[in-house]
Amino acid sequence: MELDAALLSRLQFAFTVSFHILFPSVTIGLATFIAIWEGLWLKTRNPVYLQLAKFWIKPFAITFGMGVVSGIVLSYEFGTNFSEFSRIVGPVLGPLMAYEVLTAFFLEAGFLGVMLFGWQRVSEKLHFFATCVVALGTWISAFWIIAANSWMQTPAGYEIVDGVFHAADWTEVIFNPSMPYRLTHMLLAALITGTFVVAGVSAFYLLKRRYQPMARKGFSMALWFALVLAPLQAFVGDMHGLNVKEYQPIKLAAMEGIWPATEAGAPLLLFALPSKADEKNHFEIAIPKLASLILTHELDGELQGLKSVPPEDRPPVAVVFFSFRIMVGLGVLMIAVALYGLWLRRGDRLYSSPLLLRTCTLLTPAGVLATLAGWYVVEVGRQPWLVHGLVRTMDVVSPLPAERVLFSLSLFVITYTLLLGVYLYFMRKLIRKGPPDFASLPEQVIGTHAPGYALAWVKQLDAHDKVH
Amino acid sequence: MELAFFYFLLLGFAILMYVVLDGFDLGLGILYPWFDDESQRDHMMRSISHVWDGNETWLVFGGVILFAAFPLAYATILSTLYVPIMIMLIALIFRGVAFEYRFKAHRSKPWWDKAFAIGSSVAAFCQGLMLGALVQGVDANAIDASSLNWLSPFSVLTAFSVMAGYALLASCYLAMKSRGEIRDRAARLGRRLVIAVMVAMALVSLWTLMEAPEIRARWFDGYHLLLLSPLPLLSLGAGWLLFHDLGDKQHEQRPFFLAVALFVLGFAGLVVGLFPYLVPRQLTFMQAQAPVSSLEFLLPGVLIFVPLICGYTFWGYRIFSGKVEDFEEGY
Repeated sequence: MELDAALLSRLQFAFTVSFHILFPSVTIGLATFIAIWEGLWLKTRNPVYLQLAKFWIKPFAITFGMGVVSGIVLSYEFGTNFSEFSRIVGPVLGPLMAYEVLTAFFLEAGFLGVMLFGWQRVSEKLHFFATCVVALGTWISAFWIIAANSWMQTPAGYEIVDGVFHAADWTEVIFNPSMPYRLTHMLLAALITGTFVVAGVSAFYLLKRRYQPMARKGFSMALWFALVLAPLQAFVGDMHGLNVKEYQPIKLAAMEGIWPATEAGAPLLLFALPSKADEKNHFEIAIPKLASLILTHELDGELQGLKSVPPEDRPPVAVVFFSFRIMVGLGVLMIAVALYGLWLRRGDRLYSSPLLLRTCTLLTPAGVLATLAGWYVVEVGRQPWLVHGLVRTMDVVSPLPAERVLFSLSLFVITYTLLLGVYLYFMRKLIRKGPPDFASLPEQVIGTHAPGYALAWVKQLDAHDKVH
Repeated sequence: MELAFFYFLLLGFAILMYVVLDGFDLGLGILYPWFDDESQRDHMMRSISHVWDGNETWLVFGGVILFAAFPLAYATILSTLYVPIMIMLIALIFRGVAFEYRFKAHRSKPWWDKAFAIGSSVAAFCQGLMLGALVQGVDANAIDASSLNWLSPFSVLTAFSVMAGYALLASCYLAMKSRGEIRDRAARLGRRLVIAVMVAMALVSLWTLMEAPEIRARWFDGYHLLLLSPLPLLSLGAGWLLFHDLGDKQHEQRPFFLAVALFVLGFAGLVVGLFPYLVPRQLTFMQAQAPVSSLEFLLPGVLIFVPLICGYTFWGYRIFSGKVEDFEEGY
């Protein structure tokens, strides 16, 4: 079989970016939670909040580390594997990413050291400030990268000079038509991801009857968050969908599995097997007219279908179709859990319902998976375009020999598989180990009893000085 | 012209910051085999665990400045140096995650030690290979399955030179951050490394002078040598002073800054030889520059945030200043 370098480059990018997004989508939410807990601790002096912050900062740290190392790869991969893309789109996307580094990456990195290791070196307020700055950094970072991504979905404010994209209006470039929707959708997704990670781990502790005060507080807060955020996300997602319908109708057709060039009163497909070859779906389970109703607000509203464009302009339908269903399905499940939690709060059954606790434990990765599925809808749905309607992915891949890309792709597959295993192993270990106990909390913050290592050193040095 | 030149300087600044800052923390990984005691290794990791992330951000910054201001150079250099870049990235992954996992590991600790030491060394080696390949001038149009354009006797020399340089920075940093046996050993290693680095700098300089007539012309035409002579002379001076300082316990911080000075001088020498090229003999920064609209848009960001970043980076180092033993830490 002849190896196709372009296909391998695309696979490699898809693989490395999918791996990367797992971690920021957790850290954005977790950083925000940790900042909230630390703030609440300073305000109320309730040690449970400090315990929550001190416990979650560890999973946060290893997740953040994974995000950093897998993110560096991406900042170089545009040039290594998509050199032609970098050349022609660099003038527009480059400055956006440079702003991301300037306003977010350095900020996060600069204050992360203080957040993780500075408990005993700076005042409580300054430490809280550092935590907030790290959380803010994650949000700012999302702002710029979503701006860049959205520009590739709905390009605006550019002009093309000698085949190279120049920015004509930076405000239009940044706040391009899909950017506000995608940014809101992604930030909510990240918060929900964090919410369900916290809810899941807290539920696990409640089931095992360990660290009760902290687990209760964390669980209750997470479910309140879920109750607000998950339904809000459905609403924002719907608005985002309307935006897709307007600017990327073929992506929408793939999401809904609509084949005819136009379809009035399109059904909502709960399940189907879209067939590219037959240009239709098999085994449809559908609710009549509902897709039209949701998207046009009319029962017989018309939707554009896949066959309105030639086959070479259609995305891989099945991937988009199923990813969309996975995302929505998980979303519905999360809303249901949040509502059930609200129901159980009557009579204080929230912490003792095995059904709710088990479901929440199982749903720990629900937010991550939904986010990942959502990104597959976004990115695969944009194909065959890299910049929607303007630049085809296949035209801008680096002219590399296939063997070379195969080499790097294999390295990434081996490395990342290994790392994901290691990451999950250490997450499990941290969760099993649990939070620092109440008694040791004050020491950890103000450092009256220097544990082991440092104390030993100081003693040793004192002795050393006395001898001389 | 002016704006592109500003970005050329900014790129130089970013590379220099990266090389110095990540240089000492990659260098600690290179020095790892000489410190085989677990508590010593704990100590080494602790000395940089709060800064490695920020240090590595300069690598991302250099990459995106190249992308934003010189997209043509970004596209050319990165796709041409594909293999060393990919190996470097993988190596950086392994040594980066070692920081998080090593302190939480028990049985697997030796593996994280290896990941850190090998990852750091390989990343430094690849950076040196890329430097050598760039200085020699790789032909971007000659990519085929078998071409190993980044591998030559010269690039192997620069690779080992970069490793020696990083190790020197690390030994000076470690000496600054430690007391007792670790300090002494770091200083001893540092003295040997000064000699290695000076020899490497001389070799690389002579080799480029012999191989590249245009670099020779730059140094020896007219009064150039007179004007440029401070570079090699100051390097010699800094190396000599550094060698003595490391043998003398009175100076805690000066060796590190002398090592940094050595890097700055070496880098200046490199820029003198290559200016105005981003890819020697093929692509100048003028040819590679992004349209004015991009350069202007990024300018306020750079002018506001780069000083701020330098400010809070410095503040971060201040908070953790002093010897590693003096602060207990953890989170």
